[in-house]
Amino acid sequence: MNLIEKSVAALKQKFGSTVLRVDEFRGETTVKVGRSAVVEVLRFLKDTPELNFSYLVDLTARDDLPAEPRFTVVYQLRELPGNTALRVECPLPGQETELPTVTEVFVNANWFEREVFDLFGLVFTGHPDLRRIMMPDDWQGHPLRKDYPVGYEEVQYTFNFKDIDRRKPYAKR
Amino acid sequence: MFDSELYDPELAKLKHLFSSRALTGETMVLNMGPQHPSTHGVLRLVLELDGEIIINMVPVIGYLHTGVEKNMEDKTFLKALVMSDRLDYLNNMGNNLVYSLAVEKLVGVEVPERAQVLRVLLVELQRIASHLVWLGTHAGDMAAQSLLFYTFRERDAILDIFEMISGQRMMTSYIRPGGVWRDVPAGFEEAVRAFTNGLPARLKEYDALLLNNPIWLDRTRNIGVIDGQTALSWGLTGPALRGSGIAYDIRKAMPYGGYEQYQFDIPVGKNGDVYDRYLVRRQEFYESLRIVDQALRKLTPGPVITSNRKVAAPPRSELGTSMEAVIHHFKLWTEGFDVPKGEVYVAVESPRGELGVYLASNGGPCPHRVHWRTPSFVNLQALPVMARQHYIADVVGIIGSIDIVLGDSDR
Repeated sequence: MNLIEKSVAALKQKFGSTVLRVDEFRGETTVKVGRSAVVEVLRFLKDTPELNFSYLVDLTARDDLPAEPRFTVVYQLRELPGNTALRVECPLPGQETELPTVTEVFVNANWFEREVFDLFGLVFTGHPDLRRIMMPDDWQGHPLRKDYPVGYEEVQYTFNFKDIDRRKPYAKR
Repeated sequence: MFDSELYDPELAKLKHLFSSRALTGETMVLNMGPQHPSTHGVLRLVLELDGEIIINMVPVIGYLHTGVEKNMEDKTFLKALVMSDRLDYLNNMGNNLVYSLAVEKLVGVEVPERAQVLRVLLVELQRIASHLVWLGTHAGDMAAQSLLFYTFRERDAILDIFEMISGQRMMTSYIRPGGVWRDVPAGFEEAVRAFTNGLPARLKEYDALLLNNPIWLDRTRNIGVIDGQTALSWGLTGPALRGSGIAYDIRKAMPYGGYEQYQFDIPVGKNGDVYDRYLVRRQEFYESLRIVDQALRKLTPGPVITSNRKVAAPPRSELGTSMEAVIHHFKLWTEGFDVPKGEVYVAVESPRGELGVYLASNGGPCPHRVHWRTPSFVNLQALPVMARQHYIADVVGIIGSIDIVLGDSDR
């Protein structure tokens, strides 16, 4: 039994039905867990000596609009020194945007969570410093959401120049 | 008691970041950057000072945010490659490589042997080029200005090689899903040999300027110390972690692109200070030269891109004679190819540390989600840990020692 199988079995035994499903694709294992248990799952994976996933490599999110659950937060964990990788995902039910922070478990989750808050608008409750990090402080909207346009400029023709000019926020003189 | 919230609402929002002394006026909050020559781009630091000593520091990033991830979602898998060059402008080949590896893993393509060797060779040349820029600017920040001119001279030779093979000095887009763009021209191997043969003598000259220079030693030893365990908990990678004595390198830990066939060592430091990080990178020049040398020996003739026409476009020469090639060419550059639904995370060792890409596909021709786990972003987060209780003049040295590229951190 390798470490991945061992950790999946241990998670299922400890957390039961909050472990929603386990996927394998191209040799990478993804464990989907419910929002209520995500902090405890990560703490368990980090602090259990025989699992020892002590390194949070990456934390990000995904917007699966129009599917529900819409937002999924993705944690990439690595076990050191064996370098076994495990991905933990936390889908947020429906269209919800709130989940607990993991900064107490992994200190380097701080900026990652700020980035997800900034670009996806997900609120990490209990985060010590939840401010925008990439976009300006007064920015409206969250750019990496799928319903946020990439930013093509609407083409103005002579017959509708004024109409479009009126609703373009940056074209006003 | 001083009521900060009545006094300045903007400052009150940040009050948990600074000590209460800052709000009573006993310490000074000083802004540094974003337009400051030693911040290597547009990094802004808000420093809380007690005299000249840093009590706390808040890095402010995002001035170079260009929406690379959003833009990549809007392009096909092949076209999104050109965005990867623009992240870390000192590591274009490495960015191309990690993105190509991720697409290859999602699709499941094999890369020809010659392309594998060329990739390793070019990425190591890129590492040397990046370290040369780091050495020149880092030493320049610490008042050893002359080094910058020498290191940029050597770096230009590498950029000339890149121009020779891809037509571009920086935004190369040469490494592509399935292999590399096209075979290297005649004279490539001689150009690389000429460079690698000349570099060791140049490195000796740099050593003469820095290695035992008393001013350099005074300004780098015991500055910005971070111990191995703290560095790991902050997720530091690359020379910033290895300087603290932890021999962690993705090329050895999780070999990719054929790195397991090459002989090289991982240089490590001991004290985790600015000087040790300098020593680690200094040694990495020689290790990269070793790898380049081995790659040159391995280079045998053969195809340089996969023959799977559903992933890589056919060569130009076929377009005149084969209808199928025309169809493939047209389909690839207009519609792209469908990628199986799934998600992967692939990491490589960039000159700055672990550069990872998380790529999710929903079965269509465009990436559903691209996320770059960039070493500069993660390493920068630990800057306040290293800089606390140091003089303000040491901050520039510490920034230089973790070798950030703001294009990399802000994406």
